[in-house]
Amino acid sequence: MTTVTDDLDRVPPVTPPGRGRSVLQFLRNTWRGLTSMRTALILLFLLALASMPGALLPQWSLNQTRTREYIEANPTWGPIANALGLFEVFASPWYAAIYLSLFLSLVGCLLPRCWDFAKQLRAEPVRTPRNLARMPLHTVHPVDDEPQVVADRVETALRRKHWRVVRRTEPGGVHTVSAEKGYLREVGNLVFHFSLLGLLVAVAIGKLFGYEGSVITRVGAEFCSTNPSQYDNFRPGLTVDGTDMQPFCVDLKTFDAKYSDSGQPLDYSVGLSYQFGSDPATGVNTDHFDPYLLRVNEPLRMNGERLYLLGHGYAPEVQITFPDGQTRTASANFISNDPTLLSSGAIKITDPPGASLQDLTQRQLALRGLFAPTAFLHGEIMTSSYPAATKPGLAVAIYRGDLGLETGRSQSIYSIDENQVSTGKLKELERVNLYIGDTTTLDDGTKITFTGYRQWVSLQTSYDPGQTAALVFAITLLGGLMVSLTIKRRRVWFRVQTSSTVGSSSDGQSSSGGGTRVEVGGLARTDQAGYGSEFSGIAALVYPQGLPVAQDDDLHPQSSSSEHDDDGEER
Amino acid sequence: MAGFSDLAFQAAMAAYVVALICYGIEFAARRAMDPTQLEVASREHRLVRAGAGASEPLPADRPLHGRHIDERDIDDELDDDLDEGPRTQWGPLFGRAAVVLTVIAALVNAASVVTRGIAAGRLPLGNMYEFTSFLCLAATTCWLVVLAKSKERALGFFVMIPVAILAFVAGTVLWIQAGPVQPSLNSYWKWIHVTTVSASGSVLLVSGAASAMYLLRHRFDSKLLVARTDATATARLQASSLSRLPSLAALDKIAYRTAIVAFPVYTFAVIAGALWAEVAWGRYWGWDPKETVAFVSWVFYAGYLHARATSGWRGARAAWINVVGFAAIVFNLFFVNMVITGLHSYAGVG
Ligand code: HEM
Repeated sequence: MTTVTDDLDRVPPVTPPGRGRSVLQFLRNTWRGLTSMRTALILLFLLALASMPGALLPQWSLNQTRTREYIEANPTWGPIANALGLFEVFASPWYAAIYLSLFLSLVGCLLPRCWDFAKQLRAEPVRTPRNLARMPLHTVHPVDDEPQVVADRVETALRRKHWRVVRRTEPGGVHTVSAEKGYLREVGNLVFHFSLLGLLVAVAIGKLFGYEGSVITRVGAEFCSTNPSQYDNFRPGLTVDGTDMQPFCVDLKTFDAKYSDSGQPLDYSVGLSYQFGSDPATGVNTDHFDPYLLRVNEPLRMNGERLYLLGHGYAPEVQITFPDGQTRTASANFISNDPTLLSSGAIKITDPPGASLQDLTQRQLALRGLFAPTAFLHGEIMTSSYPAATKPGLAVAIYRGDLGLETGRSQSIYSIDENQVSTGKLKELERVNLYIGDTTTLDDGTKITFTGYRQWVSLQTSYDPGQTAALVFAITLLGGLMVSLTIKRRRVWFRVQTSSTVGSSSDGQSSSGGGTRVEVGGLARTDQAGYGSEFSGIAALVYPQGLPVAQDDDLHPQSSSSEHDDDGEER
Repeated sequence: MAGFSDLAFQAAMAAYVVALICYGIEFAARRAMDPTQLEVASREHRLVRAGAGASEPLPADRPLHGRHIDERDIDDELDDDLDEGPRTQWGPLFGRAAVVLTVIAALVNAASVVTRGIAAGRLPLGNMYEFTSFLCLAATTCWLVVLAKSKERALGFFVMIPVAILAFVAGTVLWIQAGPVQPSLNSYWKWIHVTTVSASGSVLLVSGAASAMYLLRHRFDSKLLVARTDATATARLQASSLSRLPSLAALDKIAYRTAIVAFPVYTFAVIAGALWAEVAWGRYWGWDPKETVAFVSWVFYAGYLHARATSGWRGARAAWINVVGFAAIVFNLFFVNMVITGLHSYAGVG
C-alpha cells in the first residue's frame, strides 16, 4: 500500500471540457473542492467571522430591549442590520448556510477517510525505502549475528510491542522489516469529527423539540406548568405548539437569602414541594407532593423538565382604606438591578371600590417609586444599605386619575404611563417615605398604609431532549481529540544485510566490525515530537540485550540531533 | 492575609517587569546568528533534497514533514557552531538574571494566589483580578517549562511582554477586595471551568508569542532573501535584533506543541462551561457574548491545527491564525467582560 492519506488536499484534476460528461465532471469537481482541506479551513474562518456580530451587537434572543434601543439609536444602520439578520445571527439563513456547508464538507471528507482507513488497516506496512539515510531518524548498527537471526529478533520484538510488521527480502540476501504503529490516531481523529456531526444533530434536536419558559411567582403561591400561557415568556422550539408539555406543579413555600456582612449575596433558595407526571389540571394525585430545596445552581430535575431559580425580589404591600370605609390590599413586584436590592416598581389600583364606570378614569390610583429592604435616608432621598429586609422603606409618588389602560399602548407592570401624567390625566398628589406601619392620608380622605412586603422569585423551566446526546458527543469529541493529538502515527524500517554486500550501498556509510550491518530508519507523521527516544529504543532491538553503550558512536549524527529535539515534548 | 497577597502581587508585578527588561537586554545583546548563511544553507539543503526526491520517489508523506525537519537540523547545527563563537559578556548574564527573576516572580505570584485564596476562603478565581493573576502565574510556569525543554531564551522577551502587561492591568485596573462570589458563580463546575480556561489560556499565550515571533522572523527572512545580492542591505538587516530570533522551525515547533497541549484543555474548559451554564442558567449553550467569543476562539484554534495539515497554509498563515486565536481569547477576557453586557458580565469587574 503506497498511497498515504496524510495530505488530504485533493486538487480537482484539470480536465478538458467534455460533451455529455461535463456536467458530471463539474459536479464532481465541485464536490472535490467542497470536501478539500482548504475549503474546510476557509469555512471554519467564515464561521468564526460570522459569529462575531453575535457577540458585538445586541441580539433579539438575548435582550429585546437593548436591541430595540440600539436600532432606535442608529436609524439608518439599525434597520439595515436588522434586515440582514445581524441581531439574530445564530438563527439567520447565512449563518446556517455556513455551518451546513461546513458539515457537508465534513461528511464528504469523513466518508472517504473511513474507507481509506479501513483499507489501511488491511494493508501491510509500506516497503522499506531504498535510502533510509534520508529518513528524519536514522541509525546504523553493526551486529555480530546472522542477518536472518537479527531480522527474526526485530520482528518478534516489534510484534510483542504491538507494531504491525511485515518481513520482506530483497535481492542479495537482504532482509527488511517494515513496521507501523499509531493507527489509533486516525481513529481518534475520525471519532472527533464524527462527534462534531453528532453534536450538531443534538443541538438541532434541542432547537426543534425543546422549549424554555420563564415566570415570576410569589413565594406562597403555586405555579403549574401545563401550557405556554402559564409563563410570562415562553420560547418554544420550532415544532413545539405547547399541546404536549409534560405538566408539573410547584408550591413555593419558603424563601431564604443569605448575605455577607457587606451585603454580597451568598446563597438563596426556595423551599417547595412539587408534583410531576400526573395531570395537575385534572387533579389526579394532587395529594402527593415531593419536597425540594431549589437553589441557585441546583435545578429541580423532573424527567427531562428542569426548573431553575434565577432571581428574586420584593413586592411591597399596602392597605388602602377608601373614603367609604372599604379596604383593599394591593401589592406589586418591584425589580432591582442594584446589589442592595433597592427596587423600583408601581402598585396600581385599577378598580377602586364604589367608582362608577364613568368616574373610574378619575379615581384610579398608582403608587410609583422605590422599595428599600434596609432603608436609609439621605435627606429626603431613600436608598438601601443592605439587601436583606431589615428595615423596609417605601418611597413613592402617589397618583390619581386615568392610568391609561384603555389607550391600547402596552404598559410596563413596573411603571406607569408617563404620557398620562404629562397630559394631565394622571395627577401626582404627593410624595411620601413610609416605613412599615406608616400611613398617609390623601386629600379625599383615602388612607394608604405600608403593611409589609412579600418575596417573589423568577423561575425558568427548560426542556431539551437533545441535551444528554450533546453531552455524550462532547465527551467523545474530547476523547477523540486527545487520542488524535497525543498518539503519533509512526513507522520504522530495518534493512539487515551482511557487511560485505554493503559496498554498493548508496549512502556511502561504511560500518566497522560485525558481520551484519543493520540500517534503521524512522518517520513519524504530522510531528516528530517524542518519537526520537522511542526510536532509539526500537533501533536497539537489533542487539540481543539492547543497545550496548560503546556502540553509541555509531549513531548517525542526524538521529542524535533529533533526539535532542524530541526531549522537548509532552508537557 | 489579603494584605500579604496584594503585596506579593505587587512584588511579582515588579519582578515581571524587571525580568522583561533583562530579557530585552539579552535579546538586544545576543550575538547575531548569521542569518544569510543560515538561510542559504537551509535553502540549498532543501533544494538538494527536492532534487533527490524528484529522482527517487519517496513515501508520499515524506515531503510534508521533511521540510521542517531539514530546517531544524540545519539550524541546530549552525546554532551550535555559533554558540562557540565569541559573544558579548553581559548578554548571557542578563539572560540568566532574567530567568532567575522569572522564577522569583512566579514563586511570589504563586504565594499571592495562594494567600488570596485563603483570605477569600475559596478558589482564587472569582473575579477578573484573580483570574488575570493566575493567568500570569500559569503562563510564566508554562514558559519556564518551555524554556527548560527548548533552551530558546530569546522567546522570553516575547512571552514576558504580554505577561507584564497583564500583571500590570491586573494590579491597577482590575484589583478588587477579596470577598465572596455571587451565588450563581458558586458551582464546582464553575471552578473547574475557570481553572482550565486560565490554564489553557496561559499555555496559548506562550504559543501565541512563539507564533508572533515566527511572523517577525518570517518577514525578516524574506527581506534577507530579497537583499541577498546587496551586501549593504544584508549588513543592515543583520544588525537588526530580529536576526537574533530563533529559527522558524524552532518557533513553529514550540507554537505547535504548546497548542496541542492547550487545545484539548481549552476544549474541556468550554465543555465544563457548558455544564455550568446548564445548572446556572437553564441551558448549556445560549450564544451569550462570552460563549460566542469562546466558540470563535475555539474555531480559530481548530483552524490552526487544520492549517498545519493543509498545504499552502503551514508556516506564516498558520502562525497568523494562532495569533488571532489568542487575540480572541484576550478579547473575550477583557472586552467582553468589561464592555459588552451579558450574563457573564457580573463576573466581577473591580
Ligand atoms: C466542522 C468543522 C471542523 C472542525 C471544528 C475540525 C477540527 C479539527 C481539529 C481540532 C483537528 C485537530 C485534531 C485532530 O487531529 O484530531 C482536526 C484535524 C483534521 N481535520 Fe478537521 N475539523 C472540521 C472539519 C473538517 C473537514 C471538513 C475536514 C476535511 C476536509 C477535516 C479534516 C481534518 C483532517 C484531515 C485532520 C487531521 C490533520 C492532521 O493530521 O493533523 N476536518 N480537525
